[in-house]
Amino acid sequence: MANRIRLFIARMISLAVALLCAAATIGTDTALAEDTVKVAYTSPLSGPFAQLGDTQLKEFQYIVDYLNAHGGVLGRKFELVPFDNKSQVADALITLQRATDQNIPFILQCSGSNIAAALIDGINKHNEYNPESRILYLDCGAVATELTNEKCSFWHFRFDMNSLMKSEVLVRGLPKDLTKVYLLNQDFIAGQSMQHDFKAFLAKLRPDIQVVGEELIPFGKVKDFSPYITKVKASGAQALVTGNFGPDLNLLIKAGLDAGIDLKYYTFSAQFAGGPTAIGPRGDGKVVSVMPFNENVAPKIGNADADAFTKGFRDKFHLDFSDAVTFRTSLEYIQAAAKKVGSLDPTKIAFAMEDMQLKDFLGYDTVMRKADHQVLMPYYTSTLTKGAQYDAENTGLGWVPTATVMAKDVDQPTTCNMKRPAM
Amino acid sequence: MEVFVVTLLNGLVYGMLLFMLASGLTLIFSMMGVLNFAHASFYMLGAYFAYSVSTHIGFWPALVVAPVLCGLIGAAIEMYGLRRAHRNGHVAELLLTFGIALIIGTAVEMGWGMMPAPYRVPSLLDFPLFAIYGTQFPAYRAFMLLISGAMFGAIWAGLKYTRLGLIIQAALSHPDMASALGHNVPRVFTFVFAAGTALAGLAGVIGGNYQVTEPDMAVAMGPVVFVVVVVGGLGSLTGCFIASLLVGMVQTFSVVLDYSLADLLRLGGVQVTDTMPFNELLTMSLPRIGPLLPYALMLLFIAFKPRGLMGTRDT
Repeated sequence: MANRIRLFIARMISLAVALLCAAATIGTDTALAEDTVKVAYTSPLSGPFAQLGDTQLKEFQYIVDYLNAHGGVLGRKFELVPFDNKSQVADALITLQRATDQNIPFILQCSGSNIAAALIDGINKHNEYNPESRILYLDCGAVATELTNEKCSFWHFRFDMNSLMKSEVLVRGLPKDLTKVYLLNQDFIAGQSMQHDFKAFLAKLRPDIQVVGEELIPFGKVKDFSPYITKVKASGAQALVTGNFGPDLNLLIKAGLDAGIDLKYYTFSAQFAGGPTAIGPRGDGKVVSVMPFNENVAPKIGNADADAFTKGFRDKFHLDFSDAVTFRTSLEYIQAAAKKVGSLDPTKIAFAMEDMQLKDFLGYDTVMRKADHQVLMPYYTSTLTKGAQYDAENTGLGWVPTATVMAKDVDQPTTCNMKRPAM
Repeated sequence: MEVFVVTLLNGLVYGMLLFMLASGLTLIFSMMGVLNFAHASFYMLGAYFAYSVSTHIGFWPALVVAPVLCGLIGAAIEMYGLRRAHRNGHVAELLLTFGIALIIGTAVEMGWGMMPAPYRVPSLLDFPLFAIYGTQFPAYRAFMLLISGAMFGAIWAGLKYTRLGLIIQAALSHPDMASALGHNVPRVFTFVFAAGTALAGLAGVIGGNYQVTEPDMAVAMGPVVFVVVVVGGLGSLTGCFIASLLVGMVQTFSVVLDYSLADLLRLGGVQVTDTMPFNELLTMSLPRIGPLLPYALMLLFIAFKPRGLMGTRDT
């Protein structure tokens, strides 16, 4: 008898599951019927960098909803299709495959440069063999310089500054009285190239600054950064310059603040998900980050529309909106290019975006450089301090812009030899 | 000298944190033969419980409440999960703990979100205790050392001088005999599993704000704890203690010793040049391969001394 009841329950459960699955399929079918413009978004939604991927997904969804409410693209709506790549190259290539299988014309990837390099190779091949279903890579944050130099591709458009440009912004923003710095980066393609770039710019722009130590740390593996801080302290450095991101950055700064040593941290990624929380109130005035945007920029330049747009995200998700400019600009270029050529064909859009000029939502000029598909955009050096209008992650500290570098000032040369397809 | 002393302190703190995690695991592993993959998940759970409890009633109650909660969950898992899986052998148990680790990981992400929790050091302990060559030593780290030291003492004394400890020891070395003498070995198992997870929870309470409380912390700490258990040897608390400090020291000192194999060869009169085969490997400096060293240590132990440092049985 007990067995029968068990069997009955098992059957009911499988029936319920089957019904749920059917309902889910019906749901997606109706969404498909609306004829949206799909944009694939491949990012780490699980694994060690999941917190970054998850926050960025929310940012993109908010931007997509906003753009759709304001006309969409050629009268149609953007539809964001998220894929989990676990921050792994092999998984990212599978997500690319899934995106092309669904004939999605655009793919966004904003985190790893190693993943970006693999995606570029994959997309080059795919687009060559499948001219009827090409895909454009909208790069919203993979910053290795190689991606728009040696590895540059017609199908890859970068909507963030490359590591070399960011390094220049950072070095230009170093205070005048600084004489000793320590360089620390992650041991992988982007980290290694940053280490190299910092040294080059320091030599060129600030010959008075001495590099008293340099270090490559194993990527995502270090659990206790105290020994690194001991080394930095022993070197006599006044500032630590690092391109680290994620836990590698948070734990590093936390260890430094714990040791209470007199050190400033110059970073690119301290504003990302989890950064300010890990830094905490003790970091007041000690952490500087170079960033494409923060929410205190709009009130500072008195742009009420931009302020309302970013405040909407904060009110909805209670998260910081650090990527508002890069993410929104990448989709607005698609919007503008599609409007210009009156088509959603990826090849036509790619040609239209070359040398296209567009104002970002703050009102600043940006341009998509034709030679290497690198955007030129304004950049901000900001310090995490008390008393900002919008604080970061409810820490009471907020990013206050201390210097702005305009797009034209970071127009560095490129070695890209772009191969363009026949129209 | 400055670097040496500070690094020694850093290694000590990190090693003691490892010990708190590993002591529970080694008890569970050596007694039940269960390689508890979910152990570091209880560490994470302890940190998150402590965060939630400390926002409501403060850090000090959390120091007790969070480990107790972890222990209760551990006891339930042993009674209703592991005991059933045990009938199907060790692979089933292994898979069960692996599944539990995944479930706890996802539950934490769903319950507390993917972002790091702002779990901070209590203000009472948030001051530098002393400065050594200009590097501050936070009072909280001294507190960590105190708790883990007290824990070591308590477990050691408990195993050695209480009746329950004697039964546990008997079950460790001669489980069949202990059972034949009429002791309720399953109940002892439940107790040990609960105690082990509670210890992991306690490690979470004081490790969560020393590091960062985030959904990834279990994955980050998990593997290295197994290294400690293997190196320390089965069934030996002292071995586990020594192995924890050893791994802690290896990890911290590998960072500050900026040498490579090439430097070693140079002492022997061999100059490594760019044209030499494997020159990239030879010039790879110690800090760059530091995190691999504990695993290399584990391989060496498995190959040459499977009993570990002070183990009483083969791994």
